[in-house]
Amino acid sequence: MTEPIGNAPAVGGLAPGAAAGGLVPSEPAVTGQSAAPAVNASAEQVGEAAVVESVAASRGPLAMEAVGLNKVFKLGRGAVLQAVRDVSFNLYQGAVIALVGESGSGKSTVAKILAGQERPTSGQVIVDGKPIDVSNSRSFRRYKSQVQYVFQDPFSSLNPVHTVGYDLTRPVRLHQSGVKDVPAAVTALLEQVRLTPAAQFVVKYPHELSGGQRQRVSFARALAAQPTVLLADEPVSMLDVSIRLEMLNLLDDLRTRLSLALLYITHDIASARYFADEVLVMYGGQIVERGPAEDVTQHPAHPYTQLLIASAPDPDNLGSSLRAGNVVVGPGGAIAGKAGNVGPAQVGCPFSNRCPIADDKCRRENPALQLLTPVRAAACWRLDVAASPVASGSN
Amino acid sequence: MAPILEIDDLSVAYRSAGGDVHAVEHVNLTLNAGEVVGLCGESGSGKSTLAYGATRLLRPPALITGGSVRYRGRRITQGGDPADVLTMSNRELARIRWREVAIVFQSAMNALNPVLRVQDQILDAITAHLKMPKHEAREKAATLLDLVGIPRDRLRAYPHELSGGMRQRVMIAMALAADPEVVIMDEPTTALDVVVQRDILAQIVELKETLGFAVLFITHDLSLLLELADRIAVMYAGRLLETGTASAIMREPAHPYTRGLLNSFPSLHGPRRELVGIPGTPPDLRDTLPGCPFIPRCSFTVPACSEVDMSLARPTGTGTNGEGSDRPGLITTDSHLTACPIVTPEEASKEGVLS
Repeated sequence: MTEPIGNAPAVGGLAPGAAAGGLVPSEPAVTGQSAAPAVNASAEQVGEAAVVESVAASRGPLAMEAVGLNKVFKLGRGAVLQAVRDVSFNLYQGAVIALVGESGSGKSTVAKILAGQERPTSGQVIVDGKPIDVSNSRSFRRYKSQVQYVFQDPFSSLNPVHTVGYDLTRPVRLHQSGVKDVPAAVTALLEQVRLTPAAQFVVKYPHELSGGQRQRVSFARALAAQPTVLLADEPVSMLDVSIRLEMLNLLDDLRTRLSLALLYITHDIASARYFADEVLVMYGGQIVERGPAEDVTQHPAHPYTQLLIASAPDPDNLGSSLRAGNVVVGPGGAIAGKAGNVGPAQVGCPFSNRCPIADDKCRRENPALQLLTPVRAAACWRLDVAASPVASGSN
Repeated sequence: MAPILEIDDLSVAYRSAGGDVHAVEHVNLTLNAGEVVGLCGESGSGKSTLAYGATRLLRPPALITGGSVRYRGRRITQGGDPADVLTMSNRELARIRWREVAIVFQSAMNALNPVLRVQDQILDAITAHLKMPKHEAREKAATLLDLVGIPRDRLRAYPHELSGGMRQRVMIAMALAADPEVVIMDEPTTALDVVVQRDILAQIVELKETLGFAVLFITHDLSLLLELADRIAVMYAGRLLETGTASAIMREPAHPYTRGLLNSFPSLHGPRRELVGIPGTPPDLRDTLPGCPFIPRCSFTVPACSEVDMSLARPTGTGTNGEGSDRPGLITTDSHLTACPIVTPEEASKEGVLS
C-alpha cells in the first residue's frame, strides 16, 4: 500500500541502536545503584535494530540527524530516570516528522536535546554533517539560529510586559545582523504568519491577543531566526479545536514555502495522520513504532499504537463503546483496561505491563525496532500476533 | 425522561468600562435526568458562563440579566414545584450546591489545593455539605476513591504526587461525594492525553449508569461529544446555534457553524477527508449587531441573515427532522433545532464552509 513511497533515496540511513548494543540490563530505576550515567544505563535491546528508510526523505535533503540519543536524569539517592532510550531519526527539509506519545513518554526531552537545551547522556545530534557543540558559543549561536523551538503554551511563552514588536525585533537584530530595516523585517514576519494588518499587531501586548494569535506570534518569533529546522512542541494542543486546523495549515504552508524541516510533537495522533509525512510513536522513552503517517494510523502494528488509536475520539462511532461503558479494544486485540495509572515497565518491553499479549520474553527483554516493510518498523516481540492486520492490510 | 434542570431564556452579562459583554444571551437548555448533554463551543463562547450562571456561581462583574433556572431534583421538590435557582436564598442555595448539583472544575492541576493531602480535601467537601461523624467521613472518602479506581493508600498523597489523570479522578470523586443528581463537568479531560481521557470518559459513563446522575459536559471538542453525549448543544458568541441528538448533529448538521466544526477536526478512522476549518475569529461580545453572530465567518450569508432572531426552530426544508419526534409539530428536548432559518441541512452538508 505504501511501499512505493519508500523508494526514496535512503539519505544518511538510520542506524539506531547499533551504537548502543550490548548493554547491561538496567535495574529498576529506584534501586539503580550500578546505573552509571553513561550509555550503559540503557536497557539492553536485543537483536539488531533495523535500519528504516524514512518516507520523509523524498521531500528534501537531510536537515538534521539524531543518532542513538539517550537521556538519563538522576533523581537523587542513586535513582535514575531513563527519559530517552536509543532514539534515532532524521529530519528532512520540507518534511514533517511527528513524534507521538503520551505525557512522560520522552517526546519533549527529545525535542529539548535537538534544541540544545538538554545534553544527551549519549548519542549525537548532527547538523550539516557536524555534531553540535554546546561548548563553543559561536557555533552554538549559529546552531540556535538554525534550529528554533515553538512552545506548547502561548499563554506563558510570551513575556506579558513586552509588545509583539519587541518580541520580534530582538531575534531579528540578533539573528539577521545584515538587516538594515528592522521594522520592515518584523512586518514581513507578521505577514508570514498572517497577522495582518501588521502595524496593528506590532504594538499589542500578549493579553490583548487570542490564543491562536499568540501562537502565531510564537511562530513568527521562531521564524525571525531564519531557521532550517523548527521544533514544534505540541503547538496546537492548548488551542481550540476550531483554531487548530488553521494553525496546522499555517505550519504546513510555512514548511512548504520556507522548506523547513519540522518536528511536530503531539499526543494527538489524528492530527499527525493529516499533517505529517512520517510518524514516530514513543512510549517509555523509546520509539516503539515508526512509518508513513497514513500507514501507521490505519494499520498500527505495535499494541501501544493500537491502543492510542483506539482511544482517540471517533465521531463516526455513534453507537460508541464509550456510551456502553466498555473499555477500548484495539484492532490487534490490545485492551486499554484501566491501566492508565501504570507507568512504563522498567525491565523488558516498556509496554509489557499494560500489553494484553505480553509474554515472559516481553517482560524480560526489550525488543529493538524490527522492519515490517522498508519504511516501517515496530519494536515488539509479538508482531506476529499484534501486527497481523498490518500484514494483510498493507498488501 | 423527566427534565431535571431547565435553563430558560438565561442571559448573563459582564459589566465593564467599555460596555457590557453579553456572554450568554437568551439561552434555553434542558437537562433530563440521567442523560449526558454536551455543551460545545470555542473559548469565549460563553459555555462556562452559562453553566456557572445556571448554578449561581458567578461573581461580579458578572450579572444575570434575565431568564430563569428551575431545578427539579427528587429530594428538593418532592413532586411539588421546582426550585427556582435564581431567586432562592443563600441558605437554600447551600442546600442545592454539591448535594444536588456538583461541578468538576476545569484543570484539575489548579482546582486542588497543592498543600493539602487528597484526603483532607475530600473530607472538606464531605463535612461542608453532609452531616457525618469524622470516622464515617473518612470511610466515605475511601469509598469515593474506590469508585473512581484510585488505590486507597493515595488518600495520604499530595496532589503533586498524582498524575494528571488521577487528579482529575479525585475531582470527580469529590463531585460525587454527596450523590448529586446533576454533575456539571467543565472541560474535565482537556489537559489529558487521549488514552487517559478515554479511561476517564469511560469511568464517567460507568458511574453515570450506576449512580444515575445527569451530566452537563462542557468542552470545545465536538468529536468527543459525538461519541459521549446523548444530546449536543452548540454554542457560539453567547447563543445556542443548534441542539439535537448526537446522531442528528453528526449526520445532518443544520447550522453552518456546526458544519464548520465537523469539518475542522482530523479523523483517525475511515478515509481521509478534506478539512476546511472555520476562517476568521469569534466576534467581540461587546458589540450587539443584529441578527446572527456568525455572519462574518459564514459562507452562506445573505442580507436576510441580519434579521434572524436567533430563536431555535426546526431546520428549514425538513418536514420530520430529528429523532424522537414522530409528529413534526411537537418540539421535545430531543428535537433537532437550529438558529439558522436560511440554510437547509442539505445545503450545509453539500457545500461546507468555504474559506
